[in-house]
Amino acid sequence: MTDEDARRAIEAVFRIERARLIAGLARMVRDVDRAEELTQEALLVALSDWPKSGIPGNPGAWLMATAKRRAIDGIRHEAMRERKHAEIARDLDGDRDTTVERIETAMDDDIGDELLSLVFTACHPILSADARAALTLRLVGGLSVEEIARAFVSGEATIAQRIVRAKRTIGNAGLAFEVPRGADRDARLASVLEVIYLIFNEGYAATVGEDLTRPLLCAEAQRLGRLLAGLMPTEPEVSGLLALMELQASRLSARAGPDGALVPLPRQNRARWDQLLIHRGLAALKRAEVLGGADGPYALQAAIAACHARAHKAEDTDWAGIAGLYDRLRVVVPSPVIDLNRAVAHSMAFGPEAGLRLVDEIAGAAALRHYAPLPAARGDFLFRAGRLAEARVQFEEAAGLTQNAVERSFLLSRARSCDG
Amino acid sequence: MRVVVFVKATKDSEQGALPSTELLEAMGKYNEELVNAGIMVGGDGLKPSSQGKRIAFDGPSRTIIDGPFAETRELVAGYWIWEVKDMDEAIAWARRCPNPMPGPSELEIRPVYGIEDFAQNVTPEVAEIHGRTRDKLAGG
Repeated sequence: MTDEDARRAIEAVFRIERARLIAGLARMVRDVDRAEELTQEALLVALSDWPKSGIPGNPGAWLMATAKRRAIDGIRHEAMRERKHAEIARDLDGDRDTTVERIETAMDDDIGDELLSLVFTACHPILSADARAALTLRLVGGLSVEEIARAFVSGEATIAQRIVRAKRTIGNAGLAFEVPRGADRDARLASVLEVIYLIFNEGYAATVGEDLTRPLLCAEAQRLGRLLAGLMPTEPEVSGLLALMELQASRLSARAGPDGALVPLPRQNRARWDQLLIHRGLAALKRAEVLGGADGPYALQAAIAACHARAHKAEDTDWAGIAGLYDRLRVVVPSPVIDLNRAVAHSMAFGPEAGLRLVDEIAGAAALRHYAPLPAARGDFLFRAGRLAEARVQFEEAAGLTQNAVERSFLLSRARSCDG
Repeated sequence: MRVVVFVKATKDSEQGALPSTELLEAMGKYNEELVNAGIMVGGDGLKPSSQGKRIAFDGPSRTIIDGPFAETRELVAGYWIWEVKDMDEAIAWARRCPNPMPGPSELEIRPVYGIEDFAQNVTPEVAEIHGRTRDKLAGG
């Protein structure tokens, strides 16, 4: 094995263990930043030791023991220094010994939910959604700041700042690094699911820039979703979210044509939909429903995605079924965007006039004022109703509103098709 | 990236030797780890080749060959499908698999082609056929 091979092998092992190490250490030292440092220090020790000794049989335990030793050394060292400077050495010493003791106790206290507690900490509602997403990708996903910045089309300095601030906020709040129980749990879980779906969507429907999809974010969100479904197998909405992501991701490679242009769902080459992901998505949806979560917001959206996945030709899509699911979804999650999608579904099930009627009801909503999909949908209804001149105006308006270059050229081509 | 990890057959697996309780337990834990890491998307164990058939093609002719098949080392006794960042990660996970057999054994990791790799040969007619197949697979 060359040095380079050894380094890559060690880093691959480290990537697998990293999140669990940070999670366990954060719980011990009550400082997520220090936990990350200790994890990195353990990697450096591994990079120098393992090429000689070979990768240990239980690399996770080895790395954890190494990091913990350094944590304890660090605390002792700090205590010594403070003793030199302070008159109240005895009290301090007492404190530090307690800390060391606590860490040593925690070393043997493997309750197995460290990773889950790290996810809940990184997604704590005291942080903004953007901060939660960046911190989760960094701590749980192990993405570099550079990767996160590229994925979010943002500067590295901005992302680095966001992560530093998020860690500080967590530190100042004195969080316990625990999986929430009781009344708190549902709200905290909702916050976790929101972040995972935000990461997925950022990858799936890039709103800025030339790339239609940023597959890294989708893959990372799916991995987080699967991880969470493994750790929380009885939470219906966890399965619902996983189902939704698997089903949407099954269409990823069919969404962009050879020239990079957006291919709308009805015209996608369904042979390129990923069968394995569809299979997994349908299974996860079934699990959510069996767990009694059929009316959860994610499960309902997954059920809609499943209607598309089950149609092997666009004409076979169960639009009436989808319209019915949207009728239920808008009750659970009142949102003008969902109302707009509902209008689209009704137009497909019951004709363009039905769509126009519903879209007129919501056109005044503030959230939709500069929202490209609104005129795009109305343009489509008008086009199908044969009102081409009006349709053209709507498509052009939508093209002027969208931030995505690929989508804009698609809308402009639809506008041109109204002349024919 | 998606990979298939093959568990290569051995004399024991070809004789239909069932895994010991210890191995079942270790493998169960390992599979749980794979699931909890979010990388496992599928997998199964295969019965010995004595229960398998081969269909040999030569132009229009089709010949059915009954198992068992020779060249044990080239046979497969089971597989996983994983989604990993890269081959390094797949190797790191494969290394920590408990030895799936009583004696020496091998895993083989193979990256999967996506249908997009065949894009230039997929006509709308081919797409339609694949769509039907997928539909049946998905139980829709």
